[in-house]
Amino acid sequence: MGKSVLLIEDEPNIIEAIGFILSRDGWTVASHTDGATAVDAVRKTVPDVVILDVMLPNRSGYDILKDLRNDERLTNLPIMMLTARGQTKDREMAQEAGASCFMTKPFSNKDVLSTLRELAGG
Amino acid sequence: MTLGFNILVATALAYVAFLFFVAFVAERRAADGQSRWLRSPYIYTLSLSVYCTAWTFYGAVGYAARSGLEYVTIYLGPTIVIIGWWWVLRKLVRIGRAQRVTSIADLISSRFGKSNTLGVLVTLLAVIGTTPYIALQLQSVTLSFAAFASVGDGTAEVDLNSTALWVAAGLALFTIVFGTRNLDANERHHGVVMAIAVEAVVKLFALVAVGIFVVWGVAGGISETVAAIDQSKIAAWQVPTSKWIGLTFLSAAAFLCLPRMFQVLVVENADEAHVSTASWAFPLYLLLISLFVVPIAAIGLSIMPAGSNPDLFVLTIPLSQGQNSLAVLSFLGGFSSATSMVIVAAIALSTMVSNHIVMPIWLSSQGSSAVVSGDVRYVLIIARRVSIGAVLLLGYLYYRLSGGGSALAAIGLISFTGVVQVLPALMGGVFWRGATRVGAISGLVVGFAVWAYTLFLPSFGASAGFGPDLMANGLLGWSWLRPQALMSISGLDPVIHALLWSMILNTVAFIVGSISSFPTPTERLQGAQFVNVFDHSTRAGGFTGGAPEAEDLLVMSQRILGGRDAQNFFHAAARKQGKDGYLPEITPDFLFSLERQLGGSVGAATAHAMIGQIVGGNAVSVHDLMAVADETAQMMEYSSRLEAQSVELTRTASQLRDANEKLTALSVQKDAFLSQISHELRTPMTSIRAFSEILRETDLSTDEKEKYTGIIHAEAQRLTRLLDDLLDLGVLENGKVNLNVQSANLENVLDHALSAAGADRDVLIIKRNRTKEDFPFVTDIDRLSQVIINIVSNTVKYCDADRPELRIAVHHMGQSVSIDFIDNGTGIPKTQQDVIFEKFSRLSDHKSAGSAGLGLAICREIMLKLGGTIRYLPGQGGAAFRLVLPIEHALVAQ
Repeated sequence: MGKSVLLIEDEPNIIEAIGFILSRDGWTVASHTDGATAVDAVRKTVPDVVILDVMLPNRSGYDILKDLRNDERLTNLPIMMLTARGQTKDREMAQEAGASCFMTKPFSNKDVLSTLRELAGG
Repeated sequence: MTLGFNILVATALAYVAFLFFVAFVAERRAADGQSRWLRSPYIYTLSLSVYCTAWTFYGAVGYAARSGLEYVTIYLGPTIVIIGWWWVLRKLVRIGRAQRVTSIADLISSRFGKSNTLGVLVTLLAVIGTTPYIALQLQSVTLSFAAFASVGDGTAEVDLNSTALWVAAGLALFTIVFGTRNLDANERHHGVVMAIAVEAVVKLFALVAVGIFVVWGVAGGISETVAAIDQSKIAAWQVPTSKWIGLTFLSAAAFLCLPRMFQVLVVENADEAHVSTASWAFPLYLLLISLFVVPIAAIGLSIMPAGSNPDLFVLTIPLSQGQNSLAVLSFLGGFSSATSMVIVAAIALSTMVSNHIVMPIWLSSQGSSAVVSGDVRYVLIIARRVSIGAVLLLGYLYYRLSGGGSALAAIGLISFTGVVQVLPALMGGVFWRGATRVGAISGLVVGFAVWAYTLFLPSFGASAGFGPDLMANGLLGWSWLRPQALMSISGLDPVIHALLWSMILNTVAFIVGSISSFPTPTERLQGAQFVNVFDHSTRAGGFTGGAPEAEDLLVMSQRILGGRDAQNFFHAAARKQGKDGYLPEITPDFLFSLERQLGGSVGAATAHAMIGQIVGGNAVSVHDLMAVADETAQMMEYSSRLEAQSVELTRTASQLRDANEKLTALSVQKDAFLSQISHELRTPMTSIRAFSEILRETDLSTDEKEKYTGIIHAEAQRLTRLLDDLLDLGVLENGKVNLNVQSANLENVLDHALSAAGADRDVLIIKRNRTKEDFPFVTDIDRLSQVIINIVSNTVKYCDADRPELRIAVHHMGQSVSIDFIDNGTGIPKTQQDVIFEKFSRLSDHKSAGSAGLGLAICREIMLKLGGTIRYLPGQGGAAFRLVLPIEHALVAQ
């Protein structure tokens, strides 16, 4: 236990919700809101799992994801795309960019938790 | 039979007050657009009479009494120019209008590659040449005061110096009030021109009245007058041919080169056709004003006591005959002659000094930041006002220092000779494409030096180092350098001698300098523009260096032209290119017209330098060099036709491109819209669902429960607002809107909207001008309020200044009103300005503020329905929106 997660998301209320759910489950939760500096934030903290939104200020989540995957140290880092854009096209783009899994908003708290456990444990 | 000095002063003051009134009414009429009669060719002709100064009014009689018919040359020169050389005038006027020339210094500087060295040179020449002339006018006014005092009871001691000072101060005030009202020196000074025209009538009337009185009242009829003339010396005087030709040439050249003449002939000209009316009407004026000169001189010599100053016969004859009211009229005529000259000369000189000396110094002292940061308008106006004061002060000092010599004409001719040194550069520049900057500078410097050495400095005598020894033996004892007998050619009149040598050496230096130097590309282009002004339509001197930001140019232009004018200019340019908004594409054409527009305020050289600072680097490119090569006469017509077609094509292409972009954007938008809606709905839903699950599953503290239900509530509201906005937008876009049109006062509407938007004093400082807002108008008040609330609450949310401020500026423009909302934050980046009115176009980093980005899209639709517009106004520092709205909403069928 005591796994860490970095939540890259800009809606304060969603950060609050996910933060609550995960900390209750024993996770260490950090969050980051700015798209432009998100890659650096991941490199600095190197969490066990990353939750990544798509529509972020200054930079798209897809671009961030591509950058992360191009970094050798982060190739295998589990990254969950969590977005309000739920079309097939979006799912495909996430897979192409190298997402470990894809979830749409709104989500069920239980699903988020179990998926994350799976990602971190694997 | 005395006429108190005080009464005379009161008369003069009343007359000046009358002139103020005339000028004020003319300005008011012009501002109201009723300027048709202000632009009559007769007003133009009368304004040319600033040529006839106090020298003409008083001095011509004195001149005739001293030297016979020689005075006629002073009228002959201008007559020859305006009758025989009207095509030169027409060319100057055409160039002046095409190039938006502000002064003769500007014309010469602009012609020779926008060289500021030349601008400064001509300005200095003009100031040095005009100062004695202004002194002369002050002297004539004070002398005429004194003439009254000496005839009076002798109790009133007239302090001549303080009279001159008061006159100078009064003229400075008049000139500042009516001469610097418009910043754009290229715009006409309607008030001044009207006052000058009135003065022209007064002086003509006065001189003719005195003449009639002298001929019929004193001499007793025409035959008696002719007899008196035959008896006087005037008939006997023989004028040497060289002097006739020399003086006629001098006055003809001065007519074109004098700064004040250039001001009325070219700068104040409202219509080229006026030149042709003036070509017969002005000689007629000159004829009438010179008609009675000889009779007055002859009768004066015979009836006035020996030793009386013939320069004042026009005044002293009526006084000696007890005709006080005629004398007062004559005094007003002389006063008019003097004041009109000084006013126009001061305007012309102050424009030159501020544009060619003050502005360049100010510009370089500010570095490149000056262009976008300083308030250029303010600097310019102050510079112009101070220059007017300085010019008059110089004139006054010269008057004091010269001690007021009694022969008025001598100073006039010395001034003329100095000023006409500009002639070779002016004529060469306008008629000879080979003329260069180096040539112009050489000619001016040489001519000026010769003039100073042979005429100007000797006029000061020993005090300037030109004592009898130098005059008799020459510089360093070389007799061929005697100031009044260069090359040992003696026996010529000093003025003719100076004119001959300065003109010959000036012209030779100009030609040699031009031939031996290679013109820069800008010079060649300007040369072609000036010389071929009648068949020329191509541009010159373009900028092709970097890609300047339209917004930077707008910011700079606002500083010079004023916000409204600059915005209108940019808006019109953008519309001409088929674009909306305030930022046109930076084409060479646009830069060219902008430069010209700015040149009208600050002069060509400064405008060129200012744009150069923003555009950077290459002011002239290979492209321009090729344009020079292509400028053969055969190419001209063909290329101008091609150009017209290519402009047309470019515009069509630009419109097609825009239309295509819009279509593509629309179809992309439709897809994006649905996905956007879904995204915007899902985001609050996510929070609601997550927290409601948390609340259901977990035991929470009361605080937590309260917090999380609060979030759910807020997100639910956000969802509702979003749905409302969507519906509202849908209704607006589909056109089925019922407007609730009613009448209201804008001030009240703004008051309500501001408080509804939460713009409290501690969040946002509001700056308003309530008097401008206080008027009724008719529209859908609720909808308009909705727009204003949206803009203001955006400011409250997004303005990132430490102390956020919102300035609200209201302006009437005919049947519509514009309302500007300008904050002091960092504004909206140019890339985003075009899209902010699109749906869901919320700026990327503003997401946290919790709006869906529909607000401005709704505003745009509402304004459209109200018959108005909302646009982003770039270049204001912070974010700025302009609403334009008809004052009476047209009740069209919805």
